[in-house]
Amino acid sequence: MTLEVSDLSITRGGVPVLQGLGFALRPGHALVVRGPNGIGKTTLLRTLAGLQPPLSGRIEGADETIAYAGHSDGIKPTLTVIENLTFWARVFGARSIQPALDAFDLNDLAERHAGNLSAGQKRRLGLSRLLVTGRPIWMLDEPTVSLDVSAVAMFADAVRAHLGQGGSALIATHIDLGLDAEILDVGPFKARPREIEDFDGDFL
Amino acid sequence: MSISAKANRLWAYANPKKFLETTEKALPFFWVAAALCLVVGLVWGFFFTPDDYRQGSTVKIIYLHVPSALMAINIWFMMLVTSLVWLVRRHHVSALAARAAAPVGVVMTLIALATGAIWGQPMWGTWWAWDPRLTSFLILFLFYLGYIALWEAIENPDTAADLTSVLCLVGSVFAILSRYAVNFWNQGLHQGASLSLDKEENVADVFWVPLLVCIAGFVLLFVALVLYRTGTEIRARRIKALQARERVGA
Amino acid sequence: MIALLMRDLKLAFRAGGGFGLGLAFFLIVTVLVPFSVGPQSSLLATISPGVLWLGALLACLLSLDRLLALDWEDGSLDLLATAPLPLEAVVTIKALAHWITTGLPLVLAAPVLGVLLNLPQPGFVWLVVSLALGTPALSVIGTFGAALTVGLKRGGLLLSLLVLPLYVPTLIFGAEVARRGAISMETNTPLLMLAGITAGAVALLPFASAAVLRVNLR
Repeated sequence: MTLEVSDLSITRGGVPVLQGLGFALRPGHALVVRGPNGIGKTTLLRTLAGLQPPLSGRIEGADETIAYAGHSDGIKPTLTVIENLTFWARVFGARSIQPALDAFDLNDLAERHAGNLSAGQKRRLGLSRLLVTGRPIWMLDEPTVSLDVSAVAMFADAVRAHLGQGGSALIATHIDLGLDAEILDVGPFKARPREIEDFDGDFL
Repeated sequence: MSISAKANRLWAYANPKKFLETTEKALPFFWVAAALCLVVGLVWGFFFTPDDYRQGSTVKIIYLHVPSALMAINIWFMMLVTSLVWLVRRHHVSALAARAAAPVGVVMTLIALATGAIWGQPMWGTWWAWDPRLTSFLILFLFYLGYIALWEAIENPDTAADLTSVLCLVGSVFAILSRYAVNFWNQGLHQGASLSLDKEENVADVFWVPLLVCIAGFVLLFVALVLYRTGTEIRARRIKALQARERVGA
Repeated sequence: MIALLMRDLKLAFRAGGGFGLGLAFFLIVTVLVPFSVGPQSSLLATISPGVLWLGALLACLLSLDRLLALDWEDGSLDLLATAPLPLEAVVTIKALAHWITTGLPLVLAAPVLGVLLNLPQPGFVWLVVSLALGTPALSVIGTFGAALTVGLKRGGLLLSLLVLPLYVPTLIFGAEVARRGAISMETNTPLLMLAGITAGAVALLPFASAAVLRVNLR
């Protein structure tokens, strides 16, 4: 499944942040989104995931193909690790959760309540959710926050395995994951505000 | 000119700039006409109509009560229409007009309730009764409050416009339901509608003509207020947009 | 969908899930009523259907601000919105879970509290019937209010201000059924109206709730 984006403009809080953005994400490839803070990386990922509409432009191949992982992991503290994962597995159509537990080394924590996990362990649980979605395009917003070195390697391995199976990933991150990935620098696509004279009232 | 061409012309005013230019020219006429109608209607009504043979001079509060009650309902209806226009066609002016109208609607509802109480005291011997009409207006008042509170609570203007529009839609359905529920719940004291275009007019001509002038005055006043307030909202919205531009680093 | 329902029920019954709070609130309000109006059993018998309905309604209202806010805070709503489940189904399930954990216990507890308030004998069955028929509407309408205010920091009070006027028709017809039932009057008309409101709300409001939730998520 190829994700194709052309001439995309996106807004945050009604103000354009990026414009004229275009790229293609082919199966087996990873794309790392770079850019300074506040440029609109999170907004871009949310738009691609379908959480908000783009201002203009086309997004193709994003329907029901994207597994989104944002800043928060959607983990319920009173449920155990297994219960959390099983829930998402059932929402996305009942797959086995064992590969996800293995990939992020969660077997020892399986029966623990998620509320008792450390920040890094929670993050691992949040990322392992991606494996149970069975969706080809991973869309990851700062996935390595609070992960230690070995967990980052674990995560990179999971992404590599995903790419090997014909999946793809769009990752907004500032650290080098050691992946064979193209870099998408969104800095040059920063939206230029319209001239004041044309300021006719869409308020943008 | 075909109807659709006329309609297209109307949509041109959905552009804030065009809206401001046009309303700035039209507003003085509305203010003057509203003041004229209100002064003539109220003075005529209060001082130059005979007292009612049953109700005495208390009947004269009709010149405030009936127009404000009419406006209270019709302003909500106007908000419903402009909310729909915003949801379907995404014209900012439409959403802002709904926002501008709401406080006027609240005041009209309050005037209707207060004058009703003042009228009801000598007539029914009580300031307030849980009569269906009175109760419906009280509920309408609550709906207005919720609508305004939601506008005030939300930071992002587009989000606020979307949410308040849906609330206005859902609220309208529930307001109508409440009206029927309240009717069922208690058959009341309130007289039927005082105004109708049927032959059997409830109000004699001597009261009727100044009342019509007063209603015209209230309508004109409302139009003037809404155009004026919508202009203010547009400017406030523009300031917000300009500030946002600054933040992005224009 | 069943997975979501089971998860919500599990969360409600686990520690800190808030199950039983609404019920306890209902109990306390009912107990406070005689303290405020006096213990005469004839007076209590007259007002008990209405008081019990109002208590149940307020107990429903109490738990609404947790309905979507918790999922919003921990990011679950974002993830649910990108899941294969339509958002309309999500809000319907949420409302159903709210009814099972809040509305249903109220319905079951109402007759017991009716005894405390000296509810007349024929009123018991109508109180339960009207609450059973009306509380689903309270949950669905409440979900709409929760969806409207989910992104706000201090949404709780605003939520009440928005939801309570919407509760008026349900309260009027529901309490009317209970009141007429208690004095052995005919209850068909208000009962049908109540059923109609509940059916309409359950069928249509999830679309409005999902629409405002989408707006709040973007």
